[in-house]
Amino acid sequence: MRIIVCIKRVPSTETRVRVGPDGKTLDPADVEYILNPYDEYAVEEALRIKEARGEGEVTVICLGPGNGTKEIRTALAMGADKAIHLVDESRDRDAWSTARILAEALKGMEKDLVLFGKQGVDFDQSQVGPRVAALLGWGCVTGAVKLEIGDGKLTAEREIEGGREVVEAPLPAVVTAQKGLNEPRYASLKGIMKAKKKPLEEMAYEDPGKGMEIVSMSLPPERPPGQVLGEGPEAVPLLVEKLKNEAKLL
Amino acid sequence: MSDSVLVFCEHREGNLRKPSLEAMSAGVRLAKELGGTAAAVVLGTDGSAMAEKLGALGAARVLACPDESLQKYTGDGYAKALAGLVKKEAPAALLFPASAQGSDLAPRTAALLDVGMASDCIDLDVEGGAVRALRPIYAGKARILVRSKGTPFVASLRPNVFPIEETGGGAPAVETFTAGLSEGDLKDRVKEVLAAAGGKIPLTEAKVIVSGGRGMKGPENFKILEELAQAFGPEAAVGASRSAVDEGWRPHSDQVGQTGKTVSPQLYIACGISGAIQHLAGMSSSKVIVAINKDPDAPIFKVADYGIVGDLFEVVPVLTEQVKAAKAQT
Repeated sequence: MRIIVCIKRVPSTETRVRVGPDGKTLDPADVEYILNPYDEYAVEEALRIKEARGEGEVTVICLGPGNGTKEIRTALAMGADKAIHLVDESRDRDAWSTARILAEALKGMEKDLVLFGKQGVDFDQSQVGPRVAALLGWGCVTGAVKLEIGDGKLTAEREIEGGREVVEAPLPAVVTAQKGLNEPRYASLKGIMKAKKKPLEEMAYEDPGKGMEIVSMSLPPERPPGQVLGEGPEAVPLLVEKLKNEAKLL
Repeated sequence: MSDSVLVFCEHREGNLRKPSLEAMSAGVRLAKELGGTAAAVVLGTDGSAMAEKLGALGAARVLACPDESLQKYTGDGYAKALAGLVKKEAPAALLFPASAQGSDLAPRTAALLDVGMASDCIDLDVEGGAVRALRPIYAGKARILVRSKGTPFVASLRPNVFPIEETGGGAPAVETFTAGLSEGDLKDRVKEVLAAAGGKIPLTEAKVIVSGGRGMKGPENFKILEELAQAFGPEAAVGASRSAVDEGWRPHSDQVGQTGKTVSPQLYIACGISGAIQHLAGMSSSKVIVAINKDPDAPIFKVADYGIVGDLFEVVPVLTEQVKAAKAQT
């Protein structure tokens, strides 16, 4: 079973977001980077599938900056077997472009299952995984909270409004991981040491350009300062009055 | 037509879902700005049950695909059907609701059309004849205004943001088309739907959300939040912060925040929630925020429009009674 997990490096969720000097991308000053949290669920699931079957190989592939190997090493430390790095210094690559590059790279690789995190916590698009599936002509399950690999097919559950859908797809297929799919393991010290020796190769690719153009980046309008109406249940009548007359919500 | 807008509308058993009505209205407004008309696309149905409603929202046409193979959702099948239609119709824009189905379908369709796409947009406009979209990034801490380098302009629209507007339009022309797909062509299919208990309104569509955090102290205490939500009516739902979900008190599907749901209700009542930056990311676009917390220094009070410092176990039941009374008067 050959499982490929596509991962990315993103600014940590603690980042104080500021508009950079180009007016279009994040100000990089003081930004710390992490492995995309949703990708951790994907890496974890790949490892669990391999462990459950007692065989297989997990490869991670990362499109990202040349100095962004820490996150790739994290995936290797968790237990992935090898890594491929597509070096990309651009800061505004959109999903159309990313998917084209990844699909092209994947075409040359042996694979039964390709996993993604549901979305990158930077651009929050939830596009790359399903795009890659469409480009490869494969089935896809987005936002999986449960995944079972059967004989030549998979069965997964995803959350929808008011419940869950049970989806089936033949292998090979793409699955994007949602929170709740599993609990990602922490890399052990042993894993971290082993990761240093695992293969991490750079792979060349053709840059297809951009599908979307960023006109500008801005911060949301500031909320006007609020009011603490009082303490305890005695403040409730005032709250109700405000909701009724000021906010017009009652 | 290069000035027309196609809007994919999601339905369940013949009923159009609310985010689809919002997307239809947004499509009608966009088409007007482009000097053209908007058409609704519905799959797995002959469209007759929805035509009147779509017409009332201003749809000039309903394009319906009643194919058997598309009766149950199949992202692969729907994307192929939609891409085929779009290639024939050549619209200026293709819109989707950013519901679970819309968000699954839209990027696949965009990939087949070989164009970019803007997800989860909160605004659309036209500048110099080109469509632009405003969308949140970094969990809503910022937003970007984007244009497409290809055509059509593809976007999914965040639920609860775009107003539903009746334009007084009459019944639209309903045209059926076939996608020409057999069961064997479909690479992924929904086998069944497991309905959650309660049939409550989804968080992403709720008008009022009552949310609980670590201060709730345990799962059984969420009952008082459910009572408050009920007092507001059927369009109210109960959410939770990550702390409450990680404790196992509430399911992940109820989580509001950066790794949970992003919500845009009219009213968000945060009970026993401290206001971590990742939680704010999920609810800061709420129209009105109310915070109830024992700790006067909780960061949530900085974003709340109205706050009460106090024990939520004392405050919430009193609020429930007074909301019931206020509603009884209207």
